[in-house]
Amino acid sequence: MSSLDVAAIKADFPIFQKRMRNDARLVYLDSGATSQKPAQVLEAERFFYTHHNAAAHRGSHLLAEEASTAYEGARATIAAFIGADSDEVIFTKSATESINLIAYSFSNTQVAPFVLTAGDEILVSEMEHHANLIPWQQLAKRTGAVIRWFSVTADGRLDLSNIDQLINERTKIVAITHQSNVLGTIPPVALITSKAHAVGAIVVLDACQSAPHFPMNVVELDVDFVAFSGHKMLGPTGVGVLWGRASLLAKMEPFLFGGSMIETVTMEGATWASAPRKFEAGVPNMAQAVGLAAAIDYLTNIGMSKIHQHETELTQYALDTLQTIKGLNIFGPLDTIDRGGVISFALEGIHPHDAGQVLDQYGVAVRTGHHCAWPLMRKYGVAGTTRASLYLYNDRSDIDALAEAITATQKYFKVS
Amino acid sequence: MELDSLYQEVILDHYKHPLHKGLSDEKSVQVHHVNPSCGDEITLNLIFEGDVVQDVTWDGVGCSISQASASIMSDLVHGKSVEQAFLALDAFSELMSSKGSIKGDDAILEDGVALAGVSKFPARVKCALLGWMAFKDAALQAREKEQK
Ligand SMILES: Cc1ncc(COP(=O)(O)O)c(C=O)c1O
Repeated sequence: MSSLDVAAIKADFPIFQKRMRNDARLVYLDSGATSQKPAQVLEAERFFYTHHNAAAHRGSHLLAEEASTAYEGARATIAAFIGADSDEVIFTKSATESINLIAYSFSNTQVAPFVLTAGDEILVSEMEHHANLIPWQQLAKRTGAVIRWFSVTADGRLDLSNIDQLINERTKIVAITHQSNVLGTIPPVALITSKAHAVGAIVVLDACQSAPHFPMNVVELDVDFVAFSGHKMLGPTGVGVLWGRASLLAKMEPFLFGGSMIETVTMEGATWASAPRKFEAGVPNMAQAVGLAAAIDYLTNIGMSKIHQHETELTQYALDTLQTIKGLNIFGPLDTIDRGGVISFALEGIHPHDAGQVLDQYGVAVRTGHHCAWPLMRKYGVAGTTRASLYLYNDRSDIDALAEAITATQKYFKVS
Repeated sequence: MELDSLYQEVILDHYKHPLHKGLSDEKSVQVHHVNPSCGDEITLNLIFEGDVVQDVTWDGVGCSISQASASIMSDLVHGKSVEQAFLALDAFSELMSSKGSIKGDDAILEDGVALAGVSKFPARVKCALLGWMAFKDAALQAREKEQK
């Protein structure tokens, strides 16, 4: 049985007291979109505002000092969580901003390895979230570089058959997800990274769906940049992280300019502070950073390995349970090898939007639609899918509730 | 169940047996609309003669609400003058923004009143409007063409 005390965990999340439509309990299966927040995180934000609030890195008063300490303390917590140095951790507003930061900085920077010219290649995959696709399309547009991509196989894995053509001496950037937000697939990052580095390419990892769910160490991963969002890992909205290799951050030009990020300023120009400050223009999102650090403390107190084990067991249970439902087809791997707790499916004869609407009547919250991965939907020839995504506060009763609600949905639309 | 106000029998009928679905060969104007939040799409062909909607055909993928609504709309505007069709369009838009406070006039909207329940589900209003907005766009474009 489960390695986690889910009842105790659930009790930490005030939202589970909410009654849904028809007085149903909340069966929250949409953590892939955003996670719920424990009281510890809400309290950390409130505590910051009630005791330490001031603009970090400005002013000489006690509060300014405390705000700076809290903000930098949060940075240290996040750095430790991913095995990085504090100076390599940049706070952004979200993973989306983190990836845009890299893509814009590329076109602002005139030194190798950041210079892209016509014919250079940026490699992505067909299962990328729009946030890890469009910034690269736009960078390609600005520079004349070309977008290439790994295809996805019918069973939801990356097609590696042409990897040695895809990664070649023209490849400058490889931007890849650490776990698909639609299929749950975990691509072979180590293999891709070693091949990319062999040709001198920079590897950008979209860790939005991995950092919340399993232990991660940037040194072991050996990639060059990692992006993730706080709100998917029990933290507040409005804070994301960009980790970058120190040697690259030192050379990389910023993309947002203004207060805080400078070293000196004259009427004619300015020079930059060193990383990470150079990439954090303006008064930072201090309360959110502190909230995210509290979320990470919460996760590490339980243990990322235990969380991963719990989710793997639950994913297997969900895959087994859903496969017993007639007329339900799962997109993506059917086992838990290199696969996380994101399960997309189609119900024959029922559009995802209609399915989501009926599930909602039973308090079951799932995501429906294209999941910001429109190219992948085209690949599978569907307008969208219904997606259940799991987290540490879910247990078998949630999967059973989902299965029951799906059966009721099929009855409602008279397809079973 | 609250849901029955959304999924009226009439809607499910239109969903299973949509009217005027399948694009005509000829057209005065063709438009393509998408609902970017869910990926639903509609292509609509309009044939105008004088000021009258001779033919509306459409094709697309979408949920029961969007498909039924497109079906109802296409049947409703068939053979109507642009003025009449736009009257119905306004009435339908008003119904959709009513949050359940009005029932809709079935003399104007015919089967369209079955969609009244949608207005209580804000996330679904866009689905119901997809076909109607495509028609509006097509009609305005067709008019512009004629005036040139
Ligand atoms: C894989 C992946 N990448 C990027 C993002 C973008 O994250 P955010 O919207 O928090 O910037 C998401 C969130 O949906 C995601 O799942």
